[in-house]
Amino acid sequence: MATSGAILVLYLIAHMYGNLKVFSGQEAFDGYAHSLRELGYPMLPENGFLWVFRIVLLASVLIHIYSAVALWARARRARPASQRYQVKKRVHRTYASYTMRWGGVLIALFVIFHILHLTVNVIAPGGASDSPYERLVNGFQPQFWFVTLFYVAAVVAVGFHLRHGIWSGLATLGVNQARRQPVLNSIATVIALVVTVGFVLPPLAITFGLVG
Amino acid sequence: MNITLRVWRQKGRDDEGRMVTYKLTDVSPDMSFLEMLDVLNEKLTLENEDPVAFDHDCREGICGACGVVIDGEAHGPERTTTCQLHMRSFKDGDTITVEPWRAKAFPVVKDLVVDRSSFDRIIQAGGYISAPTGTAPDAHANPIPKPDADRAFDAATCIGCGACVAACPNASSMLFTASKVTHLGMLPQGQPERASRVVRMINQQDEEDFGGCTNIGECAAVCPKGIPLDTISQLNRDLLGSLGKGIG
Ligand code: HEM
Ligand code: SF4
Ligand code: FES
Repeated sequence: MATSGAILVLYLIAHMYGNLKVFSGQEAFDGYAHSLRELGYPMLPENGFLWVFRIVLLASVLIHIYSAVALWARARRARPASQRYQVKKRVHRTYASYTMRWGGVLIALFVIFHILHLTVNVIAPGGASDSPYERLVNGFQPQFWFVTLFYVAAVVAVGFHLRHGIWSGLATLGVNQARRQPVLNSIATVIALVVTVGFVLPPLAITFGLVG
Repeated sequence: MNITLRVWRQKGRDDEGRMVTYKLTDVSPDMSFLEMLDVLNEKLTLENEDPVAFDHDCREGICGACGVVIDGEAHGPERTTTCQLHMRSFKDGDTITVEPWRAKAFPVVKDLVVDRSSFDRIIQAGGYISAPTGTAPDAHANPIPKPDADRAFDAATCIGCGACVAACPNASSMLFTASKVTHLGMLPQGQPERASRVVRMINQQDEEDFGGCTNIGECAAVCPKGIPLDTISQLNRDLLGSLGKGIG
């Protein structure tokens, strides 16, 4: 859970950085997307790096989901429906930790939609294109405000997921000490905020006509 | 004080349970929560009804027997054991809901009494040291740095009450196990079995059907002894070390 999660967090940061290139114009963005496909060429075949990368990502996602389902099932077994509390108070737990499981499901559904939209481009609001930049700009036009809204909602869910996930992963990897606990929680909050803001900026900028 | 109680009643392990409402008048704010239940039971006995079974022993906060969930919080609204909770923590006219710990590994024996022998089996799996018997060793034969001794003592204050499991949304016993692993792992006497202890205790807690830890922190927030959450990270470090050495 923690290791696969860490790979996904690193991926998210890199992905967010790539997306922000949209503010440098079509050439920079498409050039960046293109360079990912050429990375390592001619040492690797064209798209070779990208596919290695995708396989590592897919493996991490599957391991992450498998562990999450296993933990969920264990929790249900450990306190079966017949033993639910009539009254249960949350004493300490954060909203973020409360939404990890259903939030994770939401994010998984979003990722499927998202790949069909911007990578495979079979869902193409505003028209399909060979240029990743144009796909992006087409998809987030003002008349597709609901697409933007869905992206923003999903990214906020990712933010909450990271807020608890980063802290929890660090604790599982044995990093937590009483003295460090506030620091670790702050690190998780800061990364979650940066990733959330970094991801929502491009779609919002396009919808509000600042880019494109 | 006038108090309305909603109490979980369950005849035996395999019976269906249900909430039953009782009204109590003239409850003194200076009574402990258990004394209030004693008053209820005297009343029920006089009315020829079955008294409410609840576990208790020391009534001074050191044995860990008395845990119940009060208004959705393990051991109730104060960070102490149920026996050390007083009725002054409630208001006149309050309705108070009392339920047993709820976890598959803590089956209800009767009413509010649960069977916590799953904890004993976790201890048997590794929560001990193999010490030579004989006369007590010299007090200073084994110098231990003060910070280590303090941490070991803090972790050793766990009374095995089970509030951590009761409060955990995963019904995980990680804080309990981590307190034992930390307590013994900080001391030289605990070193010979250190690497195998953590693996054996974790395997046993899985076998008992406790849930997995997702670092939510409800356990440490309700623990009457203030066992810190970072003991869980210490357990994880020990576990990673053991797995790295191929023990497990
Ligand atoms: C507003 C936010 C986002 C925007 C604008 C965005 C944009 C894009 C674009 C343009 C691509 C295609 C890149 C290419 O074809 O070269 C892509 C791919 C991808 N994105 Fe996002 N993304 C966003 C958020 C996210 C989030 C939150 C996640 C994960 C939780 C995510 C996961 C992925 C994945 C897995 C791929 C496919 C990578 C591949 O195999 O090529 N994205 N994204
Ligand atoms: S860790 Fe705290 S809550 Fe859990 S059994 Fe020990 S004393 Fe009780
Ligand atoms: S009765 Fe012993 S701790 Fe409450």
